[in-house]
Amino acid sequence: MSQVWLPFWPKNAALSASLIDRIDIAEFCLVLLILCFVFAMMLVFCIKYRRGSGAARHAASAKSWRWEIGWTSGTLAAFLVLFVIGAKAYLFLYKPPARYQLELYVVGKQWMWKIEHPGGQREIDAVHIPVNRVVKVILASQDVIHSFYIPAFRLKHDAVPGQFETFWLEADRTGSYPLECSEFCGVEHAHMIGSVTVMSDAAYARWLGDQGVSESLAQQGFALFRRYGCSGCHDAASTVHAPSLDGLFGSVVHLADGRAMIADERYIRDCILIPATQRVAGYPPIMPSFQGQLSEEDLLRILAYVKSLSTGSPP
Amino acid sequence: MFSGRLQEQYTDSAQQSETAQLGMWVFIATEIMFFGALIFTYMIYRVAYPEQFSLAGHDSFILLGSINQALLITSSLTMVLAVRAAKADQQRALVLLLAATAALGLTFLGVKGYEYAKDVAAHSVPVIDYVFKPGEHRPTEIFWCFYFISTGLHAIHLSVGIVLVLMLTVRAAQGAFSPGYDAPLEVIGLYWSFVDTVWFFLFACIYPLGRAGP
Amino acid sequence: MSALDISAAADIPPSYLGEEHSLSSWLFTRDHKRIAILFFISITFFFFIGGFAAALIRLQLLNPAGTLFQPEIYNRLFTMHGIVMVWFFLIPSIPATLGNFLLPLQIGARDLAFPRLNLFSWYLFNFSGLWAVYFIFIGGNDTGWTFYEPYSSNFANGHVIAAAVAVFINGFSTIATALNFVVSTHRLRAPGMTWFRLPLFVWAIYATSIVMLLATPVLAMTLALVAIERFWGIGIFNPVLGGDPLLFQHMFWFYSHPAVYIMILPAMGVVSELVTCFARRPVFGYKGMCYALISIAVIGFFVWGHHMFTAGISLASAVFFSLMSFIVAVPSAIKVFNWTATLHNAQISFDAPMLYALGFVGLFTIGGLTGLILATLSADIHLQDTYFVIAHFHFIMVGGTVSAYFGGLHYWWPKITGRRYPEMWARYAAILTFVGFNFTFLPQFILGYLGMPRRYYTYAPDLQTWNVLSSAGASILAIAYALPLIYLTWSLFYGRRAGPNPWGATGLEWRTSSPPPKENFTRTPLVTEMPYRYDPRDDSYTTQDGVHFGEADV
Repeated sequence: MSQVWLPFWPKNAALSASLIDRIDIAEFCLVLLILCFVFAMMLVFCIKYRRGSGAARHAASAKSWRWEIGWTSGTLAAFLVLFVIGAKAYLFLYKPPARYQLELYVVGKQWMWKIEHPGGQREIDAVHIPVNRVVKVILASQDVIHSFYIPAFRLKHDAVPGQFETFWLEADRTGSYPLECSEFCGVEHAHMIGSVTVMSDAAYARWLGDQGVSESLAQQGFALFRRYGCSGCHDAASTVHAPSLDGLFGSVVHLADGRAMIADERYIRDCILIPATQRVAGYPPIMPSFQGQLSEEDLLRILAYVKSLSTGSPP
Repeated sequence: MFSGRLQEQYTDSAQQSETAQLGMWVFIATEIMFFGALIFTYMIYRVAYPEQFSLAGHDSFILLGSINQALLITSSLTMVLAVRAAKADQQRALVLLLAATAALGLTFLGVKGYEYAKDVAAHSVPVIDYVFKPGEHRPTEIFWCFYFISTGLHAIHLSVGIVLVLMLTVRAAQGAFSPGYDAPLEVIGLYWSFVDTVWFFLFACIYPLGRAGP
Repeated sequence: MSALDISAAADIPPSYLGEEHSLSSWLFTRDHKRIAILFFISITFFFFIGGFAAALIRLQLLNPAGTLFQPEIYNRLFTMHGIVMVWFFLIPSIPATLGNFLLPLQIGARDLAFPRLNLFSWYLFNFSGLWAVYFIFIGGNDTGWTFYEPYSSNFANGHVIAAAVAVFINGFSTIATALNFVVSTHRLRAPGMTWFRLPLFVWAIYATSIVMLLATPVLAMTLALVAIERFWGIGIFNPVLGGDPLLFQHMFWFYSHPAVYIMILPAMGVVSELVTCFARRPVFGYKGMCYALISIAVIGFFVWGHHMFTAGISLASAVFFSLMSFIVAVPSAIKVFNWTATLHNAQISFDAPMLYALGFVGLFTIGGLTGLILATLSADIHLQDTYFVIAHFHFIMVGGTVSAYFGGLHYWWPKITGRRYPEMWARYAAILTFVGFNFTFLPQFILGYLGMPRRYYTYAPDLQTWNVLSSAGASILAIAYALPLIYLTWSLFYGRRAGPNPWGATGLEWRTSSPPPKENFTRTPLVTEMPYRYDPRDDSYTTQDGVHFGEADV
């Protein structure tokens, strides 16, 4: 709506964009109002009380604190309202989604975005998503900090090496929109750009089919699971005393050091890379660390496999 | 800052002395933030990797650390006694106590050097010569990074302190201090106690880890 | 006592400038006024180096293809611009020059508490600054001024360690100066100068110094760890070795957010002095202004996380830091209201310092209000790391601090040099600064909202219009900043002599001759009143143009 009457307003193609725009426009109006007020007061005073003007001057009032308390509490109240509105929207947008229709695995790497779809389709510097679907994004970085930024969605999230970040997006208009890296990441930072293509369900299904992929991400993960010898211990038939991974994802895990955690993406990642800090209660510390052996993309594949053991559709 | 003369910006020597002490307190505040940032880093990883830090801490030499702790506490005592001696105009005691303070500090550095040698022999130098013991992973290296950085910085601070105390000793031997003029002793005494206190915290961060419990 | 009586006195001691002329009398001086001049020369040098880099950046961005410089060069340029401007110009700007010169004068002291430490601070500053500039010219580094991990230890090109060491040493200089200010304010006030009789400039410098003392050591430790990590490959912030890159950001912003207040608080102090003097009216809500300064300094320590809203910090901490960021804006708003209210019932004259001060209030208000937008969590998701942020903090640091710095420089120029500057030229420069500044940075708000990330050497062609506007504005700004350099230098030789109190201002610094004698006051002043005894109904004072209003007696 806003782009119709504001010539320099950016494109808006997502639920998040409409929400953020609404708050921003309200804030811009408020800011302009305050600015006009302050500037007008200054201008009026400067003209009226310029040196030598005939205006009457009173001695300074001793009761200035009334004014001060007045505008202090006024601004504080106004600021708190802004804070609450902004925080509510932020929590809504940044909380990992409880329900989603699609997952998207994104790895930032100097200087490209690598995208993996659950079906095994892969893209570089391009993202294809269906319109009006909640997409859960799992974000990782291979080297330095990047930031996954889609201006038309008003959304960004940093990709921090050593962590999985999750957030969600929901596009509500088909078309092609720029994708950028907004955290300085080195020489070709400005070329770490791409496009996000929002498609209708039918077009999206056609696109997925056209990619010519034989193995889903979880299947690729399963192959890695065996190649790195994980199945030797974690398999049901194994004689080694290791926790079973069936139904693990999303469940509550009790650790040897007394903590209880929900087995989310971050937990699975830490278990593979720094198992010593994540040992499950009742199991010996025999899991080796795979730090430095797995690329971020392979990690995501194994993660997709572990997840598939919980959703009831293992490969 | 420490010359006996009254400088032109002060009205009397009491004001000059108080100002010098306040200056040292403010300086100590910045030093607390400096070491605080390092100990904060340590705390973050200590909480993130409790078991690993226990394993790593177990390889530190607690006997040497404890000896050093005792040496520094004693040196703070001699330093305070030195200030008292100056106030009571006991010139000979003053010189002896200052010399003892410096000697205790030097002994600390000697023990610390010996401990470093043992750490090197035990392959505990991160990146350069580090061998993981059974059950140890990457985070133990972070522990040893912290160990070398913090004790190294502390040793630098202590060395500065020793030089300052030695300078005081020489001037005390020349009879520079009197009950009416002891500001440099007070100021450097403050610094010395601060360096001593830092060691309390470093000791607690490094040596007791992994030694409690069964 | 009449101002004229002092200058007419026969036994007036030679000024601090005229007392000795040898080079060594400058290089080994312990006089806070001479050290202020030395700092002034140094930071002017660094200001033009940083400004040169800014000019090249704006030249590059004229063209969306970004063909003027290779990306390697461009990245070094903005890093150099950031490092030089932040640590070698903005942070020392007002405190080390005007603060050094005026703090002892305003509290009625003969010098700072530790004059030798003060001189040492200048040497450290130059050493670190020249070190930084040297490494910039033999290759520079491309981390940005923020040194983000793990980029800076493991991936960056160039002299990262050298830059970190330069900033580390510069930190000692900052701490030495701040320590001097805090101790002097506590111990060296003239008889009768109680805390609530201190000029607001002293309050501002005091609050700034507290922030410098408590924040700078954390930066020193952080950069030391970065240098150690880069040199030995230790994994303190490297996730591959078990470190946490976000910990670096926490520690860095724990310093660097308060550093913003290090830059803006002294500017607020200067502007309070200017507004009240040229409005001929006591500053509105003096105590409120003092409390606002202190609360900004204190609350400013608890807002650093707002640089990390999109970095993957926990949602709860993001909410906390957003709340604190809104709260810290309240005292800033109070100050803007109080300055505006000071103009009410006033007797306003529009000399150049006042023009700069009014420009400051306007630009600072825009910067502060856009800061509110950025503190709003939802808006920050979109605007973080875009040109919107760039425009916001330039409004505060350049529109705010640099305007106030130039305003203060003009206001106290007669006191510092004993000469008057050419008023008309100064007014042109002040207006040009305001116009050029808005021209440069208002388009950047739009660029940011359109989604142009910062630190891009090339960008989408449809953004060119706004970038060209911005670059055009920057060229106006460059002229506006170069002008004072020319006419102020001219005034050193040909400017008319200034009396002790050309503005008819209150404040102890105006009760001694211009330039002041080495020991500041012939007699230690006795303070019996609040500062700012201005009466708007009485328009009797002599302006800089020599126009005489009523009977001069201050």
